Amino acid sequence: MCSLALFPPPLPSGQTTLCESNNELLSGTSTEDRPKQVRFTAAVITTLCVFCRTAFLDHSETLWMRSAAAWRDGGLTGLLTEITNSHTEVPKWLSVSSGCTLALLRWISSFHGSLFPHLTLSSEDMIAEFSQVLNWSDCVVRAFSWHPHTDKFAVALLDDSIKIYNPKSATTPTLKHRLQRSVAAVQWKPLCASALAVACQNCLLVWHVDPCSLSTRPSSGCAQVLSHPGHSPVTSIAWSPSGSLLVSASPVDTAVMVWDVAAESCVPLQRLGGGGVTFLSWSPDGSHVLASTPSTLFRVWETRMWTCERWPCVKGRCQSGCWSPDGSRLLFTVQGETVIYALTFTDAPGSRLYSVFIHASGDELIMLDLSASVGGEIQSLSWDPRGERLAVLLKGDPQAVDRPAIIAVFKTRTNPIFELLPCGFVQGEPGAEPRLMQFHPNFQHGALLTVCWSTGRITHVPFYFLSTGVPHFGLSGSPLLPRLQERPSAFANQSLFTELIS
Amino acid sequence: MFSTEQSCWFVRKVICWRAAASIAWAVLLLPPITAVFIILSRFSFLHPIHTISECLSLLTSASAIFSFILLCGVILMVGFLNLEYYTVIPTIACSKIALLGQLLHPRQFVSSVVHCIMGIIVAWCCAITIGGRYETLGYPCIQSDGSPQMCLNEYQLILLLAGAFVGFSHSLLGVIHNMNYVSFHTVQQYKYLRFKGSLPLVVKCSAIQALYSIRNYIVVYFFLGYIPRAWICKTLNLHLTSSAHPLDSIAGLLDLSLFYHLWISATFLLFTWYITLLLFRIFVTEVYSFPVQSSFTEDAHQCLPKVLLTDKQPMILKFLALQDLALLSQHSPSRRCEVFSLSQPGGHPHNWNAISGECLSLLADLTQRLVAYHDTVATNGRAKSLSTGSERKTSSETSVTSGTEDLMSPRPTLLMKTPASVFARSIVGGPQSPLTAPFTPDLDSPFASPALRRLTAPVEQCSPWHGTVQSPHIMRRAPKLWSTSTDSQVNGSFPPSPASVPSPKQEASKPSLLAQFLQNRKEQVLHFVTDQNYNVILPEASSQALFADSQAHIWALEGLSYLVQASFSEDHFGVVQTALPSILSCMLVLQEAVDRHFKLPHASSKPVRSTSSIGDSTYKTLRFALRATLKTAIYRITTTFGDHLNAVQMSAEHRKRLQQFLEYKE
Repeated sequence: MCSLALFPPPLPSGQTTLCESNNELLSGTSTEDRPKQVRFTAAVITTLCVFCRTAFLDHSETLWMRSAAAWRDGGLTGLLTEITNSHTEVPKWLSVSSGCTLALLRWISSFHGSLFPHLTLSSEDMIAEFSQVLNWSDCVVRAFSWHPHTDKFAVALLDDSIKIYNPKSATTPTLKHRLQRSVAAVQWKPLCASALAVACQNCLLVWHVDPCSLSTRPSSGCAQVLSHPGHSPVTSIAWSPSGSLLVSASPVDTAVMVWDVAAESCVPLQRLGGGGVTFLSWSPDGSHVLASTPSTLFRVWETRMWTCERWPCVKGRCQSGCWSPDGSRLLFTVQGETVIYALTFTDAPGSRLYSVFIHASGDELIMLDLSASVGGEIQSLSWDPRGERLAVLLKGDPQAVDRPAIIAVFKTRTNPIFELLPCGFVQGEPGAEPRLMQFHPNFQHGALLTVCWSTGRITHVPFYFLSTGVPHFGLSGSPLLPRLQERPSAFANQSLFTELIS
Repeated sequence: MFSTEQSCWFVRKVICWRAAASIAWAVLLLPPITAVFIILSRFSFLHPIHTISECLSLLTSASAIFSFILLCGVILMVGFLNLEYYTVIPTIACSKIALLGQLLHPRQFVSSVVHCIMGIIVAWCCAITIGGRYETLGYPCIQSDGSPQMCLNEYQLILLLAGAFVGFSHSLLGVIHNMNYVSFHTVQQYKYLRFKGSLPLVVKCSAIQALYSIRNYIVVYFFLGYIPRAWICKTLNLHLTSSAHPLDSIAGLLDLSLFYHLWISATFLLFTWYITLLLFRIFVTEVYSFPVQSSFTEDAHQCLPKVLLTDKQPMILKFLALQDLALLSQHSPSRRCEVFSLSQPGGHPHNWNAISGECLSLLADLTQRLVAYHDTVATNGRAKSLSTGSERKTSSETSVTSGTEDLMSPRPTLLMKTPASVFARSIVGGPQSPLTAPFTPDLDSPFASPALRRLTAPVEQCSPWHGTVQSPHIMRRAPKLWSTSTDSQVNGSFPPSPASVPSPKQEASKPSLLAQFLQNRKEQVLHFVTDQNYNVILPEASSQALFADSQAHIWALEGLSYLVQASFSEDHFGVVQTALPSILSCMLVLQEAVDRHFKLPHASSKPVRSTSSIGDSTYKTLRFALRATLKTAIYRITTTFGDHLNAVQMSAEHRKRLQQFLEYKE
């Protein structure tokens, strides 16, 4: 059992987390230390710190145009949704009646709709509810994905465009498509240089962005449209690590779709119960897929014969989950609880461990007499590809001013026993709240956490350490990083958590 | 030598049992389907309880049991036809005339007739179960002059003819949509789950297809219905009542209840047949696990390397073996270990050599085909007009050869297999022997040797069915599409080619000069007919036909790349290392050919997907799947080995290409 109470206190306001070095999280004030931060990241990868607040397109199309587009894209439900959403422009009776019809249609379309209240949400609300992004609907960066093999990433923005940043090329392609609306997730295809899957409101798009191309606006002909009736909005996607299959999930559809992208064919894996699928995560070894549902139930699919195990939760739905690099351990969180659970998969069937590990509630933290208490429910989890750092995005408390959303980072070890040790909090500029985070898939010097902030800034926080699992040749234990000249005196007394590790 | 008995063992021990199991399940599913049909056909909203009790009494009646036995017989027949007609490589008609040829083929004709008869039987059973006005063909009536006699009940007649029509259209659509094509799924599922998953689709497809068929049938009956009616009246000595409306009038056909009964009967008919087909597909494509090596010599021919190597076998055996290879290379470390193992006395990696050699020869074969196709096809997607008279003759000769004699004579593709055995026997000279030219890293243009040109014989002809099933004029399209020029070149440059190549062509011309003569006449007639715009080759179809058997190549690529990836940590003896240059160069050459092919205007156009058909359209997108798999396979090797690949011997051009992959720029 490990709790946030063991953490070092959060930084005072105005301090920004820069990096981890020598088992310490270094910080600096946001204004004067900015160059340092850039230099830090620049030493590792060329400047990737981008600012993606863009000018948003005005919603200036007429109602008729939008209705026609909605009819074309989404059929009757699309039309009704459009009319319901634009209630300021249509007569009240029309919007109300179409809203009612829509609710009725949804209710009829899945007979267990009455059991699952999430089916009455509109699709945007549904994405916001089940997305891994904190406050998805007003977030500037709606989705983020590192390429699994090279230093490039894709960012989906609030105006439904996707930008691809590559430090090695001057061009940043912008992807726009008629069907690319309300992007909930993006992911690059493994073992491929160009394919990017995008989960949209009505369909799945797979872009093929030629890395050698100089064009900044790839045409919509570069995108494959994958859609299946009744499978929208898509809130989560996951590529198989071998790059052969893509799975997608929608909270309205009880089936998980397994796509053969090249052939544009899909196999629905239908299981009743749960009322939909909200979040998918493929284990790094490719053997299991986590599929959580809007009700208090999640499934773990085995990918050889595609059978599944049901795991009922006690309190709420499974909000997020992540796999250890060898695919043997699954960490997940449950909505309404401030606890991270761990599931261990071993080769022998029946020997499953389901154990409570971490308490992340803020109440215990208050006992530490901090100026700002932190904690709250967990929005998302992210485990670095070497399995040494675990980042937890805590929602905070939107009502309380002094409990903002924050990222807590744990040090983890899987051998010989599973251990979690506190590392520290990652904080941004004052007023900036973390919305989305992801670890770089192959960072040479440790782990690199990329955080998208509510201000639209994307920063990279490197964690420099020597991996215990990977043998190092000719290195005497000192991390490979450019040292800071001035070292705060606090570094002198080593943290007591390092002693816990040894 | 053992190949004949081997094909026997697989068909006898596996395929037949699988087919039998699928038919048994279809028969077992028949009672519930029939019960649902009875309830749906007789249900009335006014008397629900009365209906149900009536249905129950009907289900136990003698006539119901008799018709049930008849239905079982029909299911058995459908299952047998499925087993007889199924194919794992679709026949793709490249032109309209070829499609017409397929439709008019005698074998197809037999199938249509059988389907018609079965349709009538099922419709008769439906008429018995629906009862009421459909029950009998004749009924006693009183003519206007007062004399009692038997009159024709047109309601039953229209139902029986509907059955025949639906059966006939089912068999025609089967040809057009390639319904006998059995595709393999990328997602492995248990049989029950697969069945459950595709059941809604089958219900939807059968209902929609029945609706279309009945619509067409009503139109046909409106115009031509009097012919069968008059014929039946004459042969069975029945009379037409003057009081009743004839049904081939607008008033007679505007009967909603009649339409509903026709539709529900057609749906029942199609549903039972589709279910049989679906079960057959599910059972026959189930993964079969071949042993990698056996400790008993009598089982040696059932081992994976041997099964992959031999040619004269049902194509499904090869497909299942390749599927098993792809799966074992991904999922099973213990079986991979057997692949990498050395033979006990001698220490030769026979398993790996056989498997990799066969996969490479498959891939090289596809490369050859693509290059030859690219040479024959002009950039506008149409065939170049190089079919002069003499060449046409040779192509027809070869097609006849490949159609009949190739089954008996050693096929030239066997040449592709010899390198592997040579390779296995003599490690020293193996990789550099001239026959393995396409796989050696230093010879990057494998198309130089005329002997190898000869090997472009399309795989489609190799399958025993295609050899026997198709009429020569359908067969003709295959060589004409992509090997006409190569064949003629081979004829030109045959003498200098190695003496070891047997000359099946010369032998082939001996057997029957008369047949040859007739064949040539037929060709000339057809040439005249087809020179018009009927024979416009559909460019996309030709591209589909080129990749028709690419599922095998996809598995070969997956199997090879996963094995190479696993060899990085699991191959203790380094057996894979020796083959790495040839694997890489083979993949890169194929990549180049595929890239060139996709530059053709028609190749990258996506086919329209129809979801409302039970026919499997996977073959239409196989080329895209192959392209994606090929790239992934190369990336899998480059990401695993990384910079170590710089130590691999390779030509400069390939190294450049590989560098692109290492930098993730492809």
